[in-house]
Amino acid sequence: MPTRANWIPYALIAPSVVFLGALFIVPLVQTIWLSFSSDDGTLLGNYARMAGDLNFSVAIRNTFMLTLVVVPLQVALAIGMALMISKVGKGRDLILWVFTIPLGISDLAAGLAWLAILQNSGYLNSALYGLGLIQGQTGWLSQETPVTLFIGIVLAEVWRATAIVLVIVIAGLQLIPKEFSEAAEIFGAKPWTRFCKITLPLLKPSLQSALILRTVLAFEVFAVVYALGGTNFPVLAGEAYNWQNINQNYGVAAAYAVLIMAISIAATVFYLRVLRVRPEQLP
Amino acid sequence: MTSVTATPIVKPSGISVPGARRLLLWTGIIAVLAWVLLPIYFVALGAFGGRLGVFRWPKSIWPSDLSAASMLQFLNIEGVFGALMNSFIAAGFTVLFSVLLGAPAGYALARYSFKGQTAFRLLVLLTRAFPLAILALPLTVSFIRLGLYDTAFGVSLIHTVLALPFAVLVTQSLFMGIPREYEEAAWVFGCTRFQAFLRVVMPLALPGLAATAIFAFVISWNEVFAASILTVRERTLTAYLLKVLSESPLHYRFAGGFILIIPSVLFIFAVRRYLFAVWGIASK
Repeated sequence: MPTRANWIPYALIAPSVVFLGALFIVPLVQTIWLSFSSDDGTLLGNYARMAGDLNFSVAIRNTFMLTLVVVPLQVALAIGMALMISKVGKGRDLILWVFTIPLGISDLAAGLAWLAILQNSGYLNSALYGLGLIQGQTGWLSQETPVTLFIGIVLAEVWRATAIVLVIVIAGLQLIPKEFSEAAEIFGAKPWTRFCKITLPLLKPSLQSALILRTVLAFEVFAVVYALGGTNFPVLAGEAYNWQNINQNYGVAAAYAVLIMAISIAATVFYLRVLRVRPEQLP
Repeated sequence: MTSVTATPIVKPSGISVPGARRLLLWTGIIAVLAWVLLPIYFVALGAFGGRLGVFRWPKSIWPSDLSAASMLQFLNIEGVFGALMNSFIAAGFTVLFSVLLGAPAGYALARYSFKGQTAFRLLVLLTRAFPLAILALPLTVSFIRLGLYDTAFGVSLIHTVLALPFAVLVTQSLFMGIPREYEEAAWVFGCTRFQAFLRVVMPLALPGLAATAIFAFVISWNEVFAASILTVRERTLTAYLLKVLSESPLHYRFAGGFILIIPSVLFIFAVRRYLFAVWGIASK
């Protein structure tokens, strides 16, 4: 490009830089600052209140458990779905569309859809009743049934957010040259071996970005939990919401926000290290 | 609903899969299709079944006594229609901002090499490691001061933060796919840079830009946390539903859930061709 046009790219990115500066960097700094300025004048007052709250350890445990169960399930399911689709010839487009529908569905709507199934007079109970497995309406989502409530939330989350992993995995699969697998087949490698030795390693960059994306979002989980279990299942983002909107305590809410951010960044760094992609390993 | 999945597809596909394995494959695919579609079907039944439908026991999976009346009733509740409008306004502004801000930046990344390019790209990628909606928390105070609090416009600003990185990365690859020579030819014929962009690049980029816009719409339409934090009376639909969740009857909740799902399903259908190109790029 001619040198006299040097200012043009800067003029083109300036609006985005200003925008991200004002609405990403500034609130980021504000959140951190707010979390360290508590009413009692101490540096860690908000964090102490957060940690002293009854719901705190429950919310931490719930959020981590959800993430640890949901994210691996989603990745495994997405790989399975992607491999199935790769075998289909006719009808591929239609199937792909249906598989990716949940991509556009909000966590709140997903929670409500599963509420239709799991509520007391819902479809799960009706099916179990029809099969003679239960005597009458059974509650699955109350405080007395934490295990089934947890499973319900896992189902709704896996239902909703597997599609995004699927799309990333399919986009990644398309980048892998067919010749690799064909060559391995000629040398007698079984399908499972080909999957483990060729597909999976070459899919690593895609899996890495899918894992980062999903894990960060999983630590933000909130509406789906609220739609299914109300306040019966405290999670970190839900606590931040409560402290802000119900208790009107912005400092403790900010402390929760910083905690969620710290965990998200730690997870991102972890994935970048563990699944490090060396350029020479790429096709 | 399931009639699509039930159609037996016995014609041999392009890839040869032996009989037993093909049966297994299609069982798996039909199972996943049902897994995706059934919850949507059930929430639709709940939305159109009214109060009686919700408490009918035991339920049949076949539709009965469906009527639009309960849906209309829901839309007539005070606040619902306004919330729906606010959702559209917030999503509309989000689309506008993320394309107007994102496309120029994408174009700059695609066509020029300049100092600070890496830093800018890093800033865009950095947003991904952060739970962005959470950043709405401290904005409450400054938004009150600026008069942006409790407006759909204010909500759209934070939604644009969510959609913008995406728009930048997607438009970048979009413009990289349009040969530079086309533009240079237009310059030779006397077009200014801007004219060349409008007359040559724009028409070619339009479908991709439309896909970017639709993604921005869906991102805003679906967002719950920031919208709930930043509004009190002028709620978006998601914020409204979240607020009234605990006190509203089940059939209204299902009606709300159904209305939330519909545009998403249509939009994913509209952009299905771009889905993989777009996400392949955006996930790098």
